[in-house]
Amino acid sequence: MKQGKKSGSIWKNKGVQSLTASLLCILIGLLVGYIVLLIINPAGATEAIKTIVENFLYYPSAAARLKYLGNTLVKTVPLIMCSLSILFAYKVGLFNIGAAGQYVVGAGASLYCALALGMPWYVCLIAAIVAGCVLGGISGALKAYCNVNEVISCIMLNWISLYAVNMLLAGVKEVASPYTLTLASTNKDAILPSLGLGQFFSNNQYVTIAIPLAVIISIVVWVVLEKTMFGYELKATGFNKFAAKYCGMKEKRNIILTMVIAGGLAAMGAGMFYLTGFEQWQTTASAVPAMGFNGIAAAFLGGLNPIGAIFSSYFIQHITNGGAYVDKTMYSAQIADFISALIIYLCGFVLFFKSFMDKRADRKAEAKALAAKRAAENGEGGDK
Amino acid sequence: MVLLIQYTLIFASVLILVALGGCFSEHSGVINIGLEGIMVMGALGGALMMKFLPAGTPAPVIILAVVVAAMGLGLVYSLLLAVAAINFKADQTLVGTAMNLLGTAAATVFVKAMNTAENVNNVSSTIQYIEPKKAFIVNIAGFEFNWFMLLAVIALVLAYVTLYKTRFGLRLCACGEHPQAADSVGINVYKMRYAGVLISGVLGGLGGIVYITAGVSEWKFENGVAGFGFLALAVMIFGQWKPTRIALAALVFGLFRALGNVYTGFDFLAALNLPSGVYNMLPYIISLVILAFTSGKSRAPKAEGIPYDKGQR
Repeated sequence: MKQGKKSGSIWKNKGVQSLTASLLCILIGLLVGYIVLLIINPAGATEAIKTIVENFLYYPSAAARLKYLGNTLVKTVPLIMCSLSILFAYKVGLFNIGAAGQYVVGAGASLYCALALGMPWYVCLIAAIVAGCVLGGISGALKAYCNVNEVISCIMLNWISLYAVNMLLAGVKEVASPYTLTLASTNKDAILPSLGLGQFFSNNQYVTIAIPLAVIISIVVWVVLEKTMFGYELKATGFNKFAAKYCGMKEKRNIILTMVIAGGLAAMGAGMFYLTGFEQWQTTASAVPAMGFNGIAAAFLGGLNPIGAIFSSYFIQHITNGGAYVDKTMYSAQIADFISALIIYLCGFVLFFKSFMDKRADRKAEAKALAAKRAAENGEGGDK
Repeated sequence: MVLLIQYTLIFASVLILVALGGCFSEHSGVINIGLEGIMVMGALGGALMMKFLPAGTPAPVIILAVVVAAMGLGLVYSLLLAVAAINFKADQTLVGTAMNLLGTAAATVFVKAMNTAENVNNVSSTIQYIEPKKAFIVNIAGFEFNWFMLLAVIALVLAYVTLYKTRFGLRLCACGEHPQAADSVGINVYKMRYAGVLISGVLGGLGGIVYITAGVSEWKFENGVAGFGFLALAVMIFGQWKPTRIALAALVFGLFRALGNVYTGFDFLAALNLPSGVYNMLPYIISLVILAFTSGKSRAPKAEGIPYDKGQR
């Protein structure tokens, strides 16, 4: 009976439920991805899905594996920041689909400060954060004062910021290509310091303090949300705006502040990525970078937990990078985007999975209790 | 000037179709953020139909086949939202967002696979439809009349009549305002919501094919539909969920979108020498400003976004 109670409590545990639901999403996502690969070309499907899941393990030498693990981590950093931005806003009842746009302005501000103004890295990073805060603040203020749905305003701002940043950075692009100048050739001071972290990844020069910083910020976000009065107030506002107002909380200020912080997080992620010099901005980009949208996947896959977001971000980036290695004569790299989009879609069912597990656990516990009761009755009867 | 009117009308047609789709879905009580993805799917269906119809097919057949293909794929794709939002009570914003990402990714994967299967060196995600596209256009003294414009007007009239003059439409609206009350008088809320979402799928899919045939003869599916689905949602909100107002709003937005295509034709605009990015931004900026002023007294269906649970009364 004790065991029965225990197994019931395991499935009722919120953490276990979230983890199981996330793993289920991943599994179904990969399975459907595999089926799609099979439909496109059955010959290479198994190989391709293996490549996607393996990512850097695809390289035979240990040194190369470490180096590409480093690359994956470098790209995981902005994803962690974007997913933090989204989950932070979501906890306050706001759907920050504008993380993509905030990411764009973060990239624009940091690269402009680095390339055009020749600022050192910390100034560039702060510029990115400020730009993101402003953009997030606009959505927040529109929501608080003008009742504009934050999803719509964020989408509009995504496109506005994309075109604005393209125009801004067109001034600092290479003559012959649409890409911005490299940090290494223009302003070495703007590159984030590595503090020797690169050594651990076969001298990968892109591995910088951004990686530990992202982990630290995740922990800070967790502490703010779960352990402070400020976080509690924000969550209360998200739960019921009117109740929060009635309790004397400044609900409008809270909404704006949430979007400011969310915007700052996403934009900081962009700064932490573009200031490594890993990639240059393409000034002819005609689509908002997928980073912000993948952040949604990471946030929900991580069970809306800042610590979970670290792992889920890594996973999403892992398969996205893996997608780049699939055999291009048969498949396209977008199959990884397809899988992560599927995973987001499946995350919509998490609530259903959880209530299903709850019901199952309840039913089992009930059956166990009933059996135990009967056994006890029988036992008692026997004694007599 | 003729060009400006022509582009305004065609973009307005897209916005009317898609915004009406959103309107049906929201009146039934389901927020459809996934219109963008539905548009991509409709566009894909239509483009494939144009690509694979044999050359020399008579124009009316082409039009009919393309419209049916676009509507059909849009309908099937919108089932994803319907099942998740209505049966599984999923977060509608999340599922809609996923559908947008999924639509673009799936279309890209599919088109690329198709292109590489035809020619190993072709890894683009572009479909061309120069010849079949001509079936849609009638040239009247320099003005390219597009049959889709007529379709948009028909859809508008039908939507108005359906929503306000038929039993079905009024019941649909009831489900978006107060599903419990609707249920208590014997209306099947789940069925009505399915109807709302599927109609939005049909109209969204049609809007998608209209969008990719407006002004261009090939489409790169990697780009999706560049936020047009969201622009349509803004039109819907600006139009206060009413078909007639949506049409007016669509014309305004269509005008600004068209300016981006033809501004070089106007001397005074060309003289300003603004970068093209400014014109690209314009529809989004305008919609944001207009939304800021019009959202205050929102007439959104009361129960939208809240999954209906029969057990909760």
